[in-house]
Amino acid sequence: MSLARSAGVVLSKELRIELRTRDLTHTVLFFVLMVAGLFSFAFAPTAAESRRILPGLVWLAFFFAGTLMLQLCFVREQVNDTLAALRMAPIDPFAILLGKILANFVFLAVTEIVFMPVFSVFYNVDIGAVVGRLFTVLFLGTFGLAVVGTVFSAMASQARMRELLLPLLLLPILAPVLIAGVEATAGLLGPEHLLERQWLSMLGGFDVIFLTATWLLSGFLVEE
Amino acid sequence: MGERVRTGLGSGAVLQSEARVAGFSSSVEIASQSSLGVAFERVEKRYGGLLALCRVSLRIEAGEFVSLFGPNGSGKTTLLRMAALLVRPSAGSVAHPGGEGLAVEDVRRQIGLVGHKTLVYDELTAEENLAFFARLYGLDHAEERIAQVLDSVGLGKRAGDTAGTFSRGMRQRLAIARALITEPRLLLFDEPATGLDRQGRDWLEATLDGLHRAGATLVVSTHDETFSAISGRSVWLRAGRVASDTAGQAAAAPVEPEVRGSR
Repeated sequence: MSLARSAGVVLSKELRIELRTRDLTHTVLFFVLMVAGLFSFAFAPTAAESRRILPGLVWLAFFFAGTLMLQLCFVREQVNDTLAALRMAPIDPFAILLGKILANFVFLAVTEIVFMPVFSVFYNVDIGAVVGRLFTVLFLGTFGLAVVGTVFSAMASQARMRELLLPLLLLPILAPVLIAGVEATAGLLGPEHLLERQWLSMLGGFDVIFLTATWLLSGFLVEE
Repeated sequence: MGERVRTGLGSGAVLQSEARVAGFSSSVEIASQSSLGVAFERVEKRYGGLLALCRVSLRIEAGEFVSLFGPNGSGKTTLLRMAALLVRPSAGSVAHPGGEGLAVEDVRRQIGLVGHKTLVYDELTAEENLAFFARLYGLDHAEERIAQVLDSVGLGKRAGDTAGTFSRGMRQRLAIARALITEPRLLLFDEPATGLDRQGRDWLEATLDGLHRAGATLVVSTHDETFSAISGRSVWLRAGRVASDTAGQAAAAPVEPEVRGSR
């Protein structure tokens, strides 16, 4: 079976389970809502302050929400040892990871689509003029988060203290995504709505490099 | 218990093994290609300081039915997972006689495992679980096959219920159905009778016997010595080594509880 088809089968299984249980999306949606609300009430920022802090706040909220969500992605496979069943299937091990990466990307992207307007209202920052470019930046960064997060979730799933281990491993690796994402978002939300190409290149490059590394190492990553 | 096995078909045709046990019927089809065996050659497996398997040499020929006995921690599960290509040996080699020249993916396609855990998703229905694995294996006529396998394990009427709502015995039946859906030539069972009632165990024994008669290679790890009556060979593991290997019914072997430390 082709890589795309087998990854699609894994992706559809992930989506079906999530649509049925809504475990991940509820957790993430509630977390991001809390962050958006609590920061807004705690600091009551002015319009100028909002423009300055919102890019960092948005990216950190989505990063931590992603970390929460990604922890469960391979733990679910351990409950009934279904990872063994996946590994026994005659498919490329990368298909297992790719299916999960795409599923995690979809869950996070949906969260961003739901919550960017909420952030916009809570912090009184108009995103209407830059919505297309803003979501391009968000989705490029989110894909990087999904790739690295899924890989580290697979690695950490068999470790003790995995709840602690995943953020500790993940956040330093994702620093380039955070920097590029925050800078690009700050440019877009600034008075001139500028999107500097270097940040987009950095996000795209990160995605390509880590996806390629995942493909090359996939056999080891899903091994027992 | 009545039992019927239809054979006499050429290579690539389908054999039908039909076993009847009070309350259940089992009609499981497997492809009548030549079976797949498994051969361990001086295999060792270390988990940190623990030596789970120590220079195990064991050859299970295609078409054999072998019961694997041994106390807890004797290495039965590790041996089965190694045969399923899930665990790499630390030393030695594992081969699959009958699968020479095949790619690893093609060998995997022909191995079915029923593990300690069910290997199915609690959030999916019985039918969805089997459909998912059928799609991963690229099975043709999957719907027909799924209905047939679910009926054969007695879950036909619960096909639309999520596995999480099933009793332990029903989950075990679904686990067996999942292993059978891909028509494997080498079937590995790790404590398959766990959670089954008397009737279920009779059904299981009849199913295993039928699968064996239909040509599949079966390796069953168990503490239940009644399996030795239906298998052709009994292998005892002790402290990660083969303690005895006898044809037919299991010879009495020491089975005192054993918890091993580093060696």
